[in-house]
Amino acid sequence: MPDNGVILEVEDVQKRFGRVEALRDADFELRNGEVHAIVGDNGAGKSTLIKIISGVYQADAGELRLDGEPIVLHNPREARQLGIETVYQDLALADDLDAAANLFLGREEYLPPPLGSLGFLDRKAMRQRAEEEMRRLKIGISSVDQRVVELSGGQRQAVAVARAIAWGRRIVIMDEPTAALGVRESAMVLELIKEVRNQGLAIIMVSHNLPEVFAVADRITVLRIGRTITTMATKDTSLEAVVGMMTGAVEAALRAEGS
Amino acid sequence: MSATPTTEPDAGRDRGRMALEAFSRSWLFVFLLLLLAFFWLSTPSGTFLTSANLSQIALSTSEVVLLAIGETFVIVTAGIDLSIGGILFFAAVCGGKVMLELSGTNAQVTAGVYPHATRAVLLGIVVALAAGTFWGAINGALITRMRLPPFIVTLGTYGMTFGFGDLLSGGTYLGAPVPTSFSHNFGQGKGLGIYYPIWLALVVLIVAHVFFRYARFGRYTSAIGSNDEASRRAGIAVDRHIVKVYTLAGFLAGMAGVLDLAIYTNTTSVSHLTDNLNAISAVVLGGTSLFGGVGTVLLSAVGAFIPTVLTNGLVIKNVQPFWQEVAVGATIIFAVYLDQLRRRRGGEGR
Ligand SMILES: Nc1ncnc2c1ncn2[C@@H]1O[C@H](COP(=O)(O)OP(=O)(O)OP(=O)(O)O)[C@@H](O)[C@H]1O
Ligand SMILES: [Mg+2]
Repeated sequence: MPDNGVILEVEDVQKRFGRVEALRDADFELRNGEVHAIVGDNGAGKSTLIKIISGVYQADAGELRLDGEPIVLHNPREARQLGIETVYQDLALADDLDAAANLFLGREEYLPPPLGSLGFLDRKAMRQRAEEEMRRLKIGISSVDQRVVELSGGQRQAVAVARAIAWGRRIVIMDEPTAALGVRESAMVLELIKEVRNQGLAIIMVSHNLPEVFAVADRITVLRIGRTITTMATKDTSLEAVVGMMTGAVEAALRAEGS
Repeated sequence: MSATPTTEPDAGRDRGRMALEAFSRSWLFVFLLLLLAFFWLSTPSGTFLTSANLSQIALSTSEVVLLAIGETFVIVTAGIDLSIGGILFFAAVCGGKVMLELSGTNAQVTAGVYPHATRAVLLGIVVALAAGTFWGAINGALITRMRLPPFIVTLGTYGMTFGFGDLLSGGTYLGAPVPTSFSHNFGQGKGLGIYYPIWLALVVLIVAHVFFRYARFGRYTSAIGSNDEASRRAGIAVDRHIVKVYTLAGFLAGMAGVLDLAIYTNTTSVSHLTDNLNAISAVVLGGTSLFGGVGTVLLSAVGAFIPTVLTNGLVIKNVQPFWQEVAVGATIIFAVYLDQLRRRRGGEGR
C-alpha cells in the first residue's frame, strides 16, 4: 500500500429516527487502500453510519470529511460523484432488469445523436462493458442479459458488488456482502474485496461474521448502541476481544474492576 | 459467483414452469382467436367475419388502445390509473364544447352549419389534449408530493373528472354534434383502406413501444416498478419520472377523447363508464404485471381487442351486450391469477 493517508473522516455523527437514536456519537476514519470492517450487534447503527457516508441519510450533527475537506451529501448521487459506491444490505437491484441494465442503472450510455438525444440507449456498448466487467472480476453469470430475479442469491450479490467496484473510484462500501451467501460464494466475495483493495480502493465492510472480518480486514471499528467504541488494527486484537467489545462485556469488566 | 447453481432444479418442476411460462405468453392470442372463431361460427355468415365489421371493431378499439398504452406505463411503475376513462370523457367534453362554441353561432350549429369548423376543431383538439394532460399531471403530483397511493388518487380523480365533465355537458350529450367535417375527414375517414383513428393508434403504439423497449424512458419505468428505492439510490429522479408517466397517461386519454369526438361526433359519460375496466383488462391480458417492473406495450394493444370483439360479437348474436362486462371482469381476474402464479413459481429458484 503506497499511500496510507486518511481519505475519509466521520466525526461525532448523530442520527435519530423519531425517538430512536440510531447513532449517538459515531467516529470513523478510513485510509487509502485499506479494508476497514465495521462490526457491532444488531441495531448498533452500522447500516445507518454507512448510509450517511453514501448519502442516503443526512446526519443530524457531526462532520464528514473527504481528503480533509468537509463535505455534505444530500443524496446518493453526490456521493457517487465523489467516487463513493455502495452495496446496500437490502440489495439495491432492480430485479426485473437484466444484469447489464443493473450495472448501468442511472448511468446509462446513449447512442450518438440524434437518437441518443431522445434517450435511446446504447444497449450493445453497455452489454459489452458489463461482460468485460464480469470477466475482469471473474463473476460467473451465464449471460449479462439474464434478469436479476432469475439469478441465484450469490450471483445477485455479485452483480451488486460488481456495480460498486466498476464505478467506485475511491471508496467502496459493502453492507454485509456475504450475509446471504453460501460458503463458496462468500469466499468469492472476499477474494473480490482483496482484489479491489489491491487496485488501490478503500473498502468499508460491515459484517457479522467475525472470522471473515479477521480474514480480510486491515482495521476494525466496533459500534455499540450508536457509539464508536474503538478502532484497532486486526493484527493487534483477537476475535474474543472484539466480541467482548461488541456486547459490552469488556466495558462491564472494566467497570467491575474499577469499582 | 460461480456458474454452478446451488441446487439442481427438479426437472419435472422445471418443465411445469416452462409450460406455465409458455401458456401465459400465448394464451392471449389463443383466447382472441377462439373468441373470433366462436363468433364467426355462431353468427350468420356475412355478419361477423366481414372486412367491414372487422374494421368497425378496430375503429372502436382505437380509443382503448390509446388508454391501454398509457395504462401500461403506469402499471409497469407498479401503479394504477383508474381515472383515464374519466379523463377521456372530461377531455372530450372540453374539446367538444370548444368546437361547438367556436364553429358558429348557437343557431347555426344546431342547424348543422359550421362556418368556422376548421379553426374550431383544431382549437378543440388542443384543448382536449391539454385537459387530459392536466389531469394526468394532477394525478402524478398528488401521488408523488402527497405520498398517496395511486389507487386512491386516481379513484378520486375518476370521480372528479366524470363529475366536472357532466357539469360542463349538463349530464347528457353535447347540444349538437361537433362539426361533421371532423368526422368525415378524420374519424370516419380512411387512408389506404384503414380508418384514420386506427392509423393514429398504430403510430402512437409503435412510438410508445420503441421508447418503452429501447430508450431511457422505458428503462426507468421498469426500474422504478421493480424497485423504486434502488432506482432512487441509483440516482434516478423517481418522483419526476412518475409524474411524467401519469401525465403521459392523461395526455393519451385526452387523445382518446379527441378520437371519441371524431368517431362519434358527440360524447356522454354513460358510454365511458367501462373504459377503465377495458383498458386495465387490455394491459393485464397483455401480460403486464400488476406488481410492476415487467410489461409489453404491444401486447396491451392486442389485449384491447378482447372487450371490443366481445361487445361486437354479442351485439351481432343479439345477446345482451352487458355480458361483455361480466366476461371482461372475469378475464381480468384470471389473467392476474396467472401472473401471480408465474411470479410465485419464478421466485422459487431464489
Ligand atoms: N429508516 C429508519 N427509520 C426508523 N428507524 C431506523 C431506520 N433505520 C434504522 N433505524 C433504527 O436505527 C437503529 C440502528 O439501525 P441500523 O440499521 O443502523 O443497525 P445495524 O447495525 O445495521 O443492524 P443490523 O446488524 O441488524 O443490520 C435500529 O434501532 C433501527 O431500528
Ligand atoms: Mg444493518
